[in-house]
Amino acid sequence: MIQKILIANRGEIACRVIKSARKMGIKTVAVYSDADAHALHVRMADEAIHIGPAPANQSYIVIDKIMEAVRQSGADAVHPGYGFLSERAEFAQALAKEGVAFIGPPTGAIEAMGDKITSKKLAAEAGVSTVPGYMGLIDDAEHAVKIANEIGYPVMIKASAGGGGKGMRIAWTDDEAREGFALSKSEAANSFGDDRIFIEKFVTQPRHIEIQVLGDQHGNCIYLNERECSIQRRNQKVIEEAPSPFLDEATRKAMGEQSVALAKAVDYCSAGTVEFIVDGDRNFYFLEMNTRLQVEHPVTELITGVDLVEQMIRVAAGEELSLKQEDIGINGWAIESRLYAEDPFRNFLPSIGRLTRYRPPAEVDQKVRNDTGVFEGGEISMYYDPMIAKLCTWGPDRGQAIEEMRLALDMFEVEGIGHNLPFLSAVMDHPRFVSGEITTAFIAEEYPDGFEGAPLSVAQETRLAAVAAAANLVEARRAAQISGAMAGRGNVVGGDWVVTMGDSRFEAVVADRGDWLFAVTIGEETFTIDLESWCPGDLLIHAGVDGTPMPIKVAPATDGYTMRYRGASRRVFVRTPRHAELAELMPEKVPADTSKMLLCPMPGLVVNIAVAEGEEVQEGQALCTVEAMKMENVLRAEKKGVVSKINAEAGTSLAVDDVIMEFE
Amino acid sequence: MISILEQLEERRAQARLGGGQRRIDAQHAKGKLTARERIEVLLDDGSFEEYDMFKTHRCTDFGMDEQHIPGDGVVTGWGTINGRQVYVFSQDFTVFGGSLSETHAEKICKIQDMALKVGAPVIGLNDSGGARIQEGVASLAGYADVFQRNIEASGVIPQISVIMGPCAGGAVYSPAMTDFIFMVKDTSYMFVTGPDVVKTVTNETVTAEELGGAKTHTSKSSVADGAFENDMEALAEVRRLIDFLPLNNREKAPIRPSFDDANRIDDSLDTLVPANANTPYDMKELILKIADEHDFYEIQADYAKNMLTGFIRIEGQTVGVYANQPMVLAGCLDIDSSRKAARFVRFCDCFEIPILCLVDVPGFLPGTAQEYNGIIKHGAKLLYAVGEATVPKVTVITRKAYGGAYDVMQSKHMKADVNYAWPTAEIAVMGAKGATEILYRSELGDPDKIAARTAAYEERFANPFVAAEKGFIDEVIMPHSTRRRVARAFAALKNKREERPWKKHDNIPL
Repeated sequence: MIQKILIANRGEIACRVIKSARKMGIKTVAVYSDADAHALHVRMADEAIHIGPAPANQSYIVIDKIMEAVRQSGADAVHPGYGFLSERAEFAQALAKEGVAFIGPPTGAIEAMGDKITSKKLAAEAGVSTVPGYMGLIDDAEHAVKIANEIGYPVMIKASAGGGGKGMRIAWTDDEAREGFALSKSEAANSFGDDRIFIEKFVTQPRHIEIQVLGDQHGNCIYLNERECSIQRRNQKVIEEAPSPFLDEATRKAMGEQSVALAKAVDYCSAGTVEFIVDGDRNFYFLEMNTRLQVEHPVTELITGVDLVEQMIRVAAGEELSLKQEDIGINGWAIESRLYAEDPFRNFLPSIGRLTRYRPPAEVDQKVRNDTGVFEGGEISMYYDPMIAKLCTWGPDRGQAIEEMRLALDMFEVEGIGHNLPFLSAVMDHPRFVSGEITTAFIAEEYPDGFEGAPLSVAQETRLAAVAAAANLVEARRAAQISGAMAGRGNVVGGDWVVTMGDSRFEAVVADRGDWLFAVTIGEETFTIDLESWCPGDLLIHAGVDGTPMPIKVAPATDGYTMRYRGASRRVFVRTPRHAELAELMPEKVPADTSKMLLCPMPGLVVNIAVAEGEEVQEGQALCTVEAMKMENVLRAEKKGVVSKINAEAGTSLAVDDVIMEFE
Repeated sequence: MISILEQLEERRAQARLGGGQRRIDAQHAKGKLTARERIEVLLDDGSFEEYDMFKTHRCTDFGMDEQHIPGDGVVTGWGTINGRQVYVFSQDFTVFGGSLSETHAEKICKIQDMALKVGAPVIGLNDSGGARIQEGVASLAGYADVFQRNIEASGVIPQISVIMGPCAGGAVYSPAMTDFIFMVKDTSYMFVTGPDVVKTVTNETVTAEELGGAKTHTSKSSVADGAFENDMEALAEVRRLIDFLPLNNREKAPIRPSFDDANRIDDSLDTLVPANANTPYDMKELILKIADEHDFYEIQADYAKNMLTGFIRIEGQTVGVYANQPMVLAGCLDIDSSRKAARFVRFCDCFEIPILCLVDVPGFLPGTAQEYNGIIKHGAKLLYAVGEATVPKVTVITRKAYGGAYDVMQSKHMKADVNYAWPTAEIAVMGAKGATEILYRSELGDPDKIAARTAAYEERFANPFVAAEKGFIDEVIMPHSTRRRVARAFAALKNKREERPWKKHDNIPL
């Protein structure tokens, strides 16, 4: 058996691997860059080895550095995690040369699946359903049109070496095919230095559904059902689930068996994933095979009860799979939400900085799981993937798994950086997501103009108001207990309150029922609010409303709170009826028009101002440079305009949203 | 008999209308509450008792004898904020534009006198067009009477001014002598001379907002301590501030029941100070994590941001905090930050509020702008204020404490009671680079030698232990235990008594 595993990765996946290794009694070695000296995976591992500067291309993906760490630590196996070196055949070869086990597939499988055209050919040969298309090289535009007509429109014209949408065109007509071919070819040449182009059927109403496979070195291979990963933003997966709400048993079996066939065709062992695109009629087509552990593997673990990392380690040690295909069932439903350090209110811009607060919901065995690579007080750096945690919930069915996820997201406290928790909550409440009628275009179609917070129903706002009224009563009474009050003339706190948020107004009567229970009557309804687990100052109200948990993030604000719930944020005022009447006299202040200003996007220092007052600037022109976290960021004009006023100069230190310059 | 009683109610009803419904509507149209509505929002429900409701002016010139409005443009009296007594005057813009007459001033003076006698704060809600021109010098005399009482009450009872409309000319000097000035954004302004006079005299064109609006006074002039969105928010925040303050200088700071464990450990503080000594971090995070319930009432948040000042509670009791903010100008001391902190420290000392000082200071800001404008005298203000304060003084050094700035920032030598340092502290005469360049000037030509010298200096001096060896630091503490340590220190200092020699008054370098 393996004695010591070096994890050639960082973040949550390194922590995840350490957990399974520890469970199996295997020692672990972490590697870390300068930026990760205090990272969670370093703290968790039995030993840690420094491998270089922060940028991954000087540390985590330098094979020599990892090999040196392997030698130094005496590890007899390496788990590559995902990303970084996980699909680099040279790395597996380097390890093999030194007799160190690679916890992953054989080199041949990595190489075979690493190339889009080769892998597609192999898949077709193995009897895997592939997207109708032309495998060979395409000579010219007319050739492209001919092939497109054979396949049938719409078609996708793609660069062989492509990725990230580059060198990719959809054509619905001959003209578009001609034009698309030319554009893809030149883009591919420029971007990848490889202008090979292929054409395939463009799938409508596409869903991304993938099959988890697991093989050993003895020729056994099984599939562990599917995961649906259709909720994506610009090809970045955001929410995954297992099983898929779309597959029927026959399709699942067909996809599973074809995946196993492909795995066997390349002598696959370890965990791998065969990705398919599935159209509205449940036709499925092979996309690619990922020869590594997938980010979203926990949902499979939750519905099958199989620890995939443990299986990978056993397989790498040469053990025979103890699991047979018939052992694999589907138990309930699991959902994964990826927590990204990306600000949904700023067009999902990556956000870096210190996690001043990081309190995930409590993990509950087989129900709530949080795979995390960060901790409160930790730093999110600019060097690595912005994904900082994966929150998974399980339920006996999809509806209950979603409900668990809603609660878990509402209990997840993250402060100090921008993050996508509100967006994740919004998706969990989105009727289309709840219905399961999703495609890979879900986010683009449902949030075409970006994200501005989730809507709340009247019922939800009413409950929020009821909790606010009860919490306010607790605080008002506590305030009245201050020392030095006039004897017998203290402030008597009444039960009549008016709660306002946005344009909504609720008249609430609050009665103390004792034991931190409050009866709050709003209109015809009376809610029983349970505040037992809340004290003034707590930033999470774990309220009970009529016996149902309602976690709300709360920050005190003048005359009330800012409350965050289900992806919505509300400024909530709780006032006496008389004060509420007077508050209505207050003028509504229109937020300043910032469209004609250049706001500082991050705290930093002005390095230089590249324009002068009165100067005309063009769209995209550099306006100034701001240094933040030792990085120089060039801020550019969003549109053509004339600079009317400059409020900063070189050396000025700026906060977020400080106005650097104004335009006419 | 009944009719006489009814008559009282009628007279009261009439007085409450102030300048009449039309003017009340005009006040509302400007987004402002009336004088009485403001008092309603400020004080506990039903606690206000009004004095001098029927008082009117005695002026006979310019036809004033024809115009008498009961109350004469200011509502005065007392009430409670969370049961604690405060005196209030609220100028009524609907009556003669809130202008100050001899009798108007008498009403204010009356409650100032009573507040001083009983030891309760005075809150002034200012909304006045200025002196009542018709009364001439009598009005000016009225101002001076108010000023003199502001001075006598200073340091005895807290005095708070809220500017909720115009406040111009001589009128500005009463708020100027109070402890805190708050403004309402967009509806208030303060200046000695208005835009018209400015234009005539200096030919400068400036709007009232630019000359004396909330933004100007909170970020440029430092005249105001805070600004709020509207009347409601301003008054709610004054209530919140009063909950932090003792009623007078003979009382200890109030205690409010707290739900926050004084022994709470916060592991995230162990990573607050970045590995790189030149990387900033947010000192406000430390303040919020030391404070009960993350509650920090910041004073002058928009001015001299390299220094943070404000109130927190520890174990329910008020503590004043001043702290270098490494996020801005590396947290250095300069003229503005020294003045800001000095005034805050003196307020705390006046009113028996214990003081916590958090230090990460690279030194004083160099430059001609600083020297020409008198950084020597202004820096001395903070030094003076700290050394003079006799309240419990606790200091925590998180990172840099260099040179003279180390002394100023509540060092042991300035009679601080308990001085803690984090292991990340660097208490030294200056940074390693600067020190080696002076100490080893002859080796400057040899970068290798200098680098070695710098490293050696860092090793020996860039830590808290040299100071700890000398007893200048009482204890080196783990960052995660800061709240527990600070709470213990203040608990231990509860009965601290310290006297300074008798003097008529001090002579702080103004």
